[in-house]
Amino acid sequence: MSAITNPLDRRSFLKTGIAGATGLVIGFYLPGRREVLAAASATPAVLNAWVHITPDDKVTILISKSEMGQGVETSLAMLAAEELECDWKRIHTEFAPADKVYYDPAFGMQGTGGSQSIHSCWEPMRKAGATAREMLIGAAAQKWGVDASECRAENGAIVHSATKRRATFGSLAVAAAQIPQPKDVKLKDPSQFTIVGKPTKRLDTPKKVNGTAEFGIDVRRPGMLHASVEHCPVFGGKVASFDATKAKAIPGVKDVIQIPTGVAVVADNTWTAFQGRKALDIKWDEGPNAAVSSAPIRKSFEDACETSGVVSRKEGDAAAGLASAAQKLEAVYEAPYQAHATMEPMNGTADVRADGVDLWVPTQFQTPSQGMAAGIAGVKPDDVKVHTTYLGGGFGRRGWSDFVAESTIISKAMGAPVQVTWTREDDTQHDYYRPASYIKMSAGLDANGKPTAFTARVACDSIMSWFFPGSIKNGLDSSSVEGVSDIAYDIPNILVDYHLMAGPIPMGFWRSVGASQNGFFSEGFVDELAAAAKKDPYEYRRDLLAKQPRLLGVLNLAAQKAGWGTPLPKGRFRGIACLEAFSTYAAEVVEISIDKDGTVNVHRVVAAMDCGRVINPDTAEGQVSGAIVYGITAALKTEITIDRGRVVQTNFDTNPMLRMNEVPKIEVYFVPSEETPTGLGEPAVPPVAPAIANAIFAATGKRLRRLPFKPEDLA
Amino acid sequence: MATHFTLNGKPETVDVNPDMPLLWVLRDTLNMTGTKFGCGMALCGACTVHINGDPIRSCVTPISAIAGKRVTTIEGLSPDRSHPVQRAWMEIDVPQCGYCQSGQIMTASALLAKTPKPTDAQIDDAMTGNICRCGTYPRIRKAIHRAAELHAASAKPASASADDVPSTDAVLAGGAE
Repeated sequence: MSAITNPLDRRSFLKTGIAGATGLVIGFYLPGRREVLAAASATPAVLNAWVHITPDDKVTILISKSEMGQGVETSLAMLAAEELECDWKRIHTEFAPADKVYYDPAFGMQGTGGSQSIHSCWEPMRKAGATAREMLIGAAAQKWGVDASECRAENGAIVHSATKRRATFGSLAVAAAQIPQPKDVKLKDPSQFTIVGKPTKRLDTPKKVNGTAEFGIDVRRPGMLHASVEHCPVFGGKVASFDATKAKAIPGVKDVIQIPTGVAVVADNTWTAFQGRKALDIKWDEGPNAAVSSAPIRKSFEDACETSGVVSRKEGDAAAGLASAAQKLEAVYEAPYQAHATMEPMNGTADVRADGVDLWVPTQFQTPSQGMAAGIAGVKPDDVKVHTTYLGGGFGRRGWSDFVAESTIISKAMGAPVQVTWTREDDTQHDYYRPASYIKMSAGLDANGKPTAFTARVACDSIMSWFFPGSIKNGLDSSSVEGVSDIAYDIPNILVDYHLMAGPIPMGFWRSVGASQNGFFSEGFVDELAAAAKKDPYEYRRDLLAKQPRLLGVLNLAAQKAGWGTPLPKGRFRGIACLEAFSTYAAEVVEISIDKDGTVNVHRVVAAMDCGRVINPDTAEGQVSGAIVYGITAALKTEITIDRGRVVQTNFDTNPMLRMNEVPKIEVYFVPSEETPTGLGEPAVPPVAPAIANAIFAATGKRLRRLPFKPEDLA
Repeated sequence: MATHFTLNGKPETVDVNPDMPLLWVLRDTLNMTGTKFGCGMALCGACTVHINGDPIRSCVTPISAIAGKRVTTIEGLSPDRSHPVQRAWMEIDVPQCGYCQSGQIMTASALLAKTPKPTDAQIDDAMTGNICRCGTYPRIRKAIHRAAELHAASAKPASASADDVPSTDAVLAGGAE
């Protein structure tokens, strides 16, 4: 997921269709997709395009990424608007339909994740705006009989200065659509940017302060039924038999049907569907996983690490480096499963008809949602219309389409539009979890404390075994080792190997993926090296990052802004950590105190980020700040444990989230940069846990090597 | 059984199971989806509405318990996003995913109706029942202080709703507060 590719290398750029009276439509398509465009341009409702201008001067930017809080609706529109020179106040946005034209080349499908959106869309969205602008200029030049070079776009209009003529985009849109597509549009020099890089109000905020933003769970369709599914509590279990007599007797229950994931109660409202579930009498065939529990899973990881695994990184000769060391350190670190816990529980709405399917879904990945519904409904993918709603949080959970499948199956069975709603308990207990992981690390230090070797052996549940099995090469799931295998410090001898653990607990992408645990492991252990070397943990890192200017840059900035080395009030302690994830660089300094009962209080977090050029500083700050809150929750509060094949935690009482009274002062700083922008949704998560662990060490001399940190660890 | 109550200043009658939580009456019977379902157990605050001016978790409040009472939802806080809390939320661009924000705004507006200039500690007390997984808490805090300023600067009272009079018969949903 962290792969960065240059989308321009892989995309052609051309006019996708002429919308006649509907105006100018501009977009891109992937090589070889001409037939898609031809079909699309005949059906304006599904045009493959990013910029749409209608004669009434309405500029619509299509957003191919899912808006789940990261602000992408606004930032992608900013990129197009920057080049289009339209009036920002007249910008409209629409979420794009599912179509190959919107594939992200990093995924080979349409989807949102991997902190990829801004990086993937940085050039295509600006080019979409620039091309539209040039065509509007061309139309104006033709109309006025002047040379296009004498015209310019300005605030939603084309202007010919010499004759003081002016025509709005809307008045030119139809004619502009007839203008030949310019082959190479010139993009602005960044020094001329008027929108990109300026704090810009989110386009979705007005809808999110009066309840009108439509999330998946808010979709209401004529004749829509509400459903909820009783799932087998044991992973891999299925229905043996069930008695629905009592459920069906509840007024408002329309039907009870068995589906592959359990028993669905269909009712005229959500609450009645929930009540129906409680009245079901189901006998489960718990299947082969009814004895699976956390402790044996952990033991299997520990046992796996007794032998060498698949090598994910080898530099020099680690054994020799260890043998020659003046000092040797070893440590075992561990991380548990984590649930995503989006505020909006999983849900999906489907209308399956003979002629096709409409999906209204809060999905991160439109292509698999479309394909899954098509397979279930027995129609072609093109006959499945995906209406992407706002997402009430994603964090990777909504990359799965299980909720889409359930709604499609039930709609097909009922012959009516159906909304499936999960309870919070369903959401907690039937997630695709952040993997549990176990790691044995060792390092050698020379007489000056400088590392001579680093080894790590990772045993980790494999996400890719669930999501993209084809991406696993020679038994290596790179998502399991990212954040440790790519350790950035100047160490001459490195050996990282890996055991792919493929158990029955469903795995998924969780905000910052492998780096979420591996960043804790590697940055906790490096802090141990600093202590063993009797060096300051910031200075130790700094001295080993001379060849990593961007990581060093954020490390120095965080230390400086945090006042590293300056006195703290009594009882306060600092910890520091840094990591590159998703090609963005993050460093964080935390300040903590510890209560007598072992409770850790985080008072202040200073984050320094280098994500290249920042598009919208306001949403960028929000993403980093929010990621820090997410990281603190996972460091101090939550874990998912398994007992007899079931998830133990149920709701926010047993899977508790960080709340207002526990939130520290958070300061976010960006390294000024003109590098190509990279993402911000995830990279601020990984440094949180190690920075806290390192502060705990500073406070107590205790190394906490297992997440989450509990009061009993310190009492 | 028909239940009569006042919803956003207008009389409303619904004929549903008296045990049906207000949340689902709003969302599924009346199609007012601004009030959100988050946990069903009064643990997250996403479903917060005002009942007689008090912030109440609608997910655990049976419709029978609000007979004769005044309910204000996010849709009724103001007709035009003019409530100081909404203005402050927009000025500071608080929401990220936005799913919890109806509940956050309803809790914050109830706080300000009774405590026009809350301290950080009072904000903690009032807002700790509302979870935000996007972690917008720092902006929520900032926006509450800003809403207090906007309220103080305007001649208009920062009413939590049309019915912010402290009530003696507030429904205290089980374990809600």
